[in-house]
Amino acid sequence: MEAFLREVQEVVKRYPQKRAAILPALYLAEQRFGWLSQEAYEAVAEALNMPKATVKGVATFYSMYRKAPMGRNLIQLCTNVACMVMGAETLLQLLERRYGLRPGGTTEDGRFSLVVMECIGACDRAPAMLVNKDFHPNLNENNIIEILEGYS
Amino acid sequence: MERILLKNIDNPESHRLKEYERVGGYSSLRKVLEQMSPQDVIEEVKTSGLRGRGGAGFPTGMKWEFASRDPKFPKYLICNADEGEPGTFKDRPILERNPHLLIEGMVISAYALKAEIGYIYLRGEYPYAKTVLEEAIREAYEAGYLGDNILGRGVRFHLSVHQGAGAYICGEETALIESIEGKRGQPRIKPPFPVNVGAWGMPTVVNNVETLANVPYIVEIGGEEYKKIGSPECPGPKLYSVSCCVKRPGVYELPMGTTLREIIYEHAGGIRDGRQLKAVIPGGISTPVLTPDRIDCPMDFVSLPKYGSMLGSGAVMVLDDSVCMVKVTWRAMRFFEHESCGKCTPCREGTGWLRNILERLEGGMGRPGDIELLQDVAKSIQGKTFCPLGDGAASVVLSFVRNFPEEFEFHIKEKRCMVGEG
Repeated sequence: MEAFLREVQEVVKRYPQKRAAILPALYLAEQRFGWLSQEAYEAVAEALNMPKATVKGVATFYSMYRKAPMGRNLIQLCTNVACMVMGAETLLQLLERRYGLRPGGTTEDGRFSLVVMECIGACDRAPAMLVNKDFHPNLNENNIIEILEGYS
Repeated sequence: MERILLKNIDNPESHRLKEYERVGGYSSLRKVLEQMSPQDVIEEVKTSGLRGRGGAGFPTGMKWEFASRDPKFPKYLICNADEGEPGTFKDRPILERNPHLLIEGMVISAYALKAEIGYIYLRGEYPYAKTVLEEAIREAYEAGYLGDNILGRGVRFHLSVHQGAGAYICGEETALIESIEGKRGQPRIKPPFPVNVGAWGMPTVVNNVETLANVPYIVEIGGEEYKKIGSPECPGPKLYSVSCCVKRPGVYELPMGTTLREIIYEHAGGIRDGRQLKAVIPGGISTPVLTPDRIDCPMDFVSLPKYGSMLGSGAVMVLDDSVCMVKVTWRAMRFFEHESCGKCTPCREGTGWLRNILERLEGGMGRPGDIELLQDVAKSIQGKTFCPLGDGAASVVLSFVRNFPEEFEFHIKEKRCMVGEG
């Protein structure tokens, strides 16, 4: 917890007002707690000396924060227009067949969670996904499984 | 055209400081600090005719002038690296492969504005760019290009990355400022404009990545020379990101005003699989769709409105005859519904209704009168919202319905797509 507080204090220095550190502090909390649990919100609120409601109110606006527990690996698959035109829908169907994975869901063994994304800026290499922080472009029905099998 | 913004990016080490310096990097910053006053820099940028590359095309020099004239201090410089407009990935090569160009552009701009603190608002979907930028910032601090005494000239500028978290609306500058301040990213009403009342109530310049990346070159060759590139009313190089049904999708750096035809057929290699061109979205999903008879349009801020669309971010989405226009409109609307910040009722409710109607058309459950209903709802959003998100959503629907009425009618009558297996 001390380390978390120190990290948040480091971030606060970049801004003229400490409230600005809410977004980066939420990312730090996510790293520490795995997702934005009540405990995580409390930690951020305490570190910034701010009501928990303020912190939570900010977090819920942003889609990329993990507001529920996630599997060990988070698949963020883009299905926006370019990825859709290039075949992202068949990949979604494949993930359901292969892993029983639906958008917003997690596999029973906790290995994967799937989130459908709104444009990840990879339209020239569509369809594309992020797995955790790794970027995987030019997906098709063969290579997507190969890639995912590399994540335990 | 010689590459300016994407210079050296084929070099796998292009993101490193020593590689950037090797090809002349940071010499513009030296020139500025040794020979130019802040006002000189502003004048040079005004002379260059540079217009903001984020979509609005506002003259950059003028924006700087407004912020510079405001007597309040401190002033802030923010780089908008939130490129979330679907179809857009033009800033990505700068962020990932030429980060020092952006940093140099920001230090010069900050000097011109007398801003001592800057942020790069980077979208959460670009984690790799974050790593690259933070490493480049670290290198720049170490080399004395950032800090309290830049190049020993007593100039101060501190820069950090502020990572967004998946909200498209934060690409709108006032929402972006709210987000930097640690709030929900909902747009503010304008005026006052950020140049006077921006971050923490102070004069703030928000410029797009590509805009700032033009600044070192303007300083290097001078505004008059720079103005010779591109079209007279919109000078300079432009990054066009070309995607969907072309043979060679990618980012192309070309003179501003290159025609859509040249971009699609010469640079991107034409339509894939021997198919026919059906539609082009010229500037990202929020810009009205064009039909193939309009592709001789020069791609710049002043020409596209004459052809019924907008340059936007210069994200060219090329759709061939295998793509269903109803489906594209539906998917685009799902995006707008998801990304509407919820502040203005017409946008918050309207995008949901539009998506709903489009979904039943796409699913073969369309009803007679749905086309008119789509137009009616879209017109009830247009011009009735704080920020341009609502207008974008409305114009997508209106332009697709206007240009491809037969596909929408076919969906209602035949309960299926005109194209493909759907």
